Amino acid sequence: MTQDTRPPDTVPQKQWPIRGGLMLPPHKEISRNQSILNASLPATVTLPVQQHVGAPAQPVVQTGDKVLTGQLIASAQGNISGSVHASISGTISHVGAAPVPHASGLDGLCITIQSDGKDVRCAESTPVDDYPSLDPVALRSLIADAGIVGLGGAVFPTAVKIEAGRSAGIETLLINGAECEPYITCDAALMRERADEIISGAQILLHALEVERCIIALERDVPKSLEAIERAISASADGRLELVTVPTIYPAGGEKQLIQALTGREVPSGGLPHDVGFVCQNVATAAAVARRVHTGEPLISRIVTCTGSGVAEPRNLEVRLGTPIAELVAQCGGYTTDVARLIIGGPMMGFAVPSDELPVTKVVNCVLAATRAEIGVEKTTMPCIRCGDCARVCPANLLPQQLYWHIRAGDFENTRKFDLFDCIECGCCDYVCPSHIPLVEHYRYAKGQIRSLDEMARNAEVAKQRSEHKSARTLKDDEAYDSQLEEKKQAVRDAASGGGGKDIIEAAIRRAKHNK
Amino acid sequence: MEAIATAVLALAGIAALLGWVLSLAASRLPAARDTIAERIDAALPQTQCAQCGYPGCRPYADAIATGEADIDLCPPGGETLVRVLADMLGRELKTSGSAVGVLRPPVVAVIHESACIGCTFCMEACPVDAIVGAHRQMHTVLESTCTGCELCVAPCPVDCIEMMPVARGRSGWNRPPPQAVAGGIHDAGH
Repeated sequence: MTQDTRPPDTVPQKQWPIRGGLMLPPHKEISRNQSILNASLPATVTLPVQQHVGAPAQPVVQTGDKVLTGQLIASAQGNISGSVHASISGTISHVGAAPVPHASGLDGLCITIQSDGKDVRCAESTPVDDYPSLDPVALRSLIADAGIVGLGGAVFPTAVKIEAGRSAGIETLLINGAECEPYITCDAALMRERADEIISGAQILLHALEVERCIIALERDVPKSLEAIERAISASADGRLELVTVPTIYPAGGEKQLIQALTGREVPSGGLPHDVGFVCQNVATAAAVARRVHTGEPLISRIVTCTGSGVAEPRNLEVRLGTPIAELVAQCGGYTTDVARLIIGGPMMGFAVPSDELPVTKVVNCVLAATRAEIGVEKTTMPCIRCGDCARVCPANLLPQQLYWHIRAGDFENTRKFDLFDCIECGCCDYVCPSHIPLVEHYRYAKGQIRSLDEMARNAEVAKQRSEHKSARTLKDDEAYDSQLEEKKQAVRDAASGGGGKDIIEAAIRRAKHNK
Repeated sequence: MEAIATAVLALAGIAALLGWVLSLAASRLPAARDTIAERIDAALPQTQCAQCGYPGCRPYADAIATGEADIDLCPPGGETLVRVLADMLGRELKTSGSAVGVLRPPVVAVIHESACIGCTFCMEACPVDAIVGAHRQMHTVLESTCTGCELCVAPCPVDCIEMMPVARGRSGWNRPPPQAVAGGIHDAGH
């Protein structure tokens, strides 16, 4: 499925085709039509201190402490990090390692709260009534303190992104409502039901970014969400906001792909959207910003799509962070009998998890309970036949098979030359590979290897310098010792030849007696 | 006959002139910036562990450059390093060397501080100054600087230094290699 099979542009604004991509069966109707359900309050929440890209937050509470909903429990550390807030009120029952949703399956530091059932709000963070009067710098730190991170799946701290965009001198805010991965409908539901919140969030972000133009991008296959956003924009009567639609193509929702579709400009290799004048924020992130400003509530909940043929009543739920996945599934009517696999994220970019006891974190946009039929039969991997289908669908314009061969050969240096790090791991190459080679898995593996090789090289350089310093120092010490020794010997020889030998001996005897 | 003599003389003259120019260039012009030993040193892993039998990476690089040492004596560098060196120096690819093939997981030295008597022997042995302490004071290892070379273990009179695997947690986690593809040309090693 190449560019030729795409539907023709039907909207007036000029657009450019994105490279590669796929038209995938959407499977969105399963979860789309129900309204967002407010999930019931969990009895216990488990909140990992790292739910974002960057440094883990530092816990500021101890076991036994009483906390209120929205209270800071772990504070951001360093430049790139995100704070964590209590998502229910109650008592801290545990601060320590617990299973977290991560592809490694390794435990992470978590804070567990036992609910008191009252959900008492913390009065610490107060609403901002008149944000335009607020200094953009103060607004950015407000967003940072609320623990808001990119809710589209990258979980990059929002305030850091704004700051970087501002220093790069960007001109346009791009609100990303193009939810391109199959099955996931949480953004569509949010846009349909809370369009005002998104628009207000976009206006606040414009103020924080100090720019005057905002593009809100949606896919064409979500008419109800489109209508709601359109209505909200005209209600706001804000000339800075602009709505555009993009074709329903996976992965048109990737920020780099979206920018390419809207401007024809490619984000340079190794670069970021702000290099071409954009900062991209997900619709849910904008809504979270609006919520913080208007109600004072930090990021303590998110909308999660609980879907797949493995759950009885798939739908979208607003869930407090830290809620066990099992409780979500229970509120969607439980599992069907033929459920086979639990996936966090969508079918293309998500990862399978071993247990439904794992908590919902800021990154969890979708819980996909797949049946055997949905997974399909496990296909045997066959040798690469160099057909080139992967290169045709790659949205990043890479050569997937070439990368694959280099990785197989352990030649990581060459994969870097073939721009491995521009791979967005969308999975299009996997999908079309007639030999069913798990290509993205190879790329993820190689990225990890290259990162640790780079780290080793850095460490080696440091070790080399330290070793050189040490040998130089040792050499200097030895020389100093030798010359001192030589000086003393010379002094003794001079004294002996000059006839003053007796004086020296007497002085030594006096010293010895004195010391006694 | 005369023509031959002229040719021989002319060629000899040209040869002498060029020889003189070359010898002048060799003595006057600066040598190439990276000597072969420097290039070898840059390829070595810089753990300064002395497992090759030389007191550090640079001495080993010098020994390889003079032809004194083999290229396959560096365990931290492993087979990859042997390949790189063989390629660089045009030497035969040897993988039978004393120390190639065993790739151990990264380790760091840990001093059991309750047993340390403060003798400073380990500090002197450490090639990268990764041990801090003072005479008759407890010593400790700076984990981020330790290269895991084990040179401090032997000098310790009370055996209180242990090599421990590096605990790196989730941030240091690497994906395992994808499973090899069964059958077909992959097995043929292409």
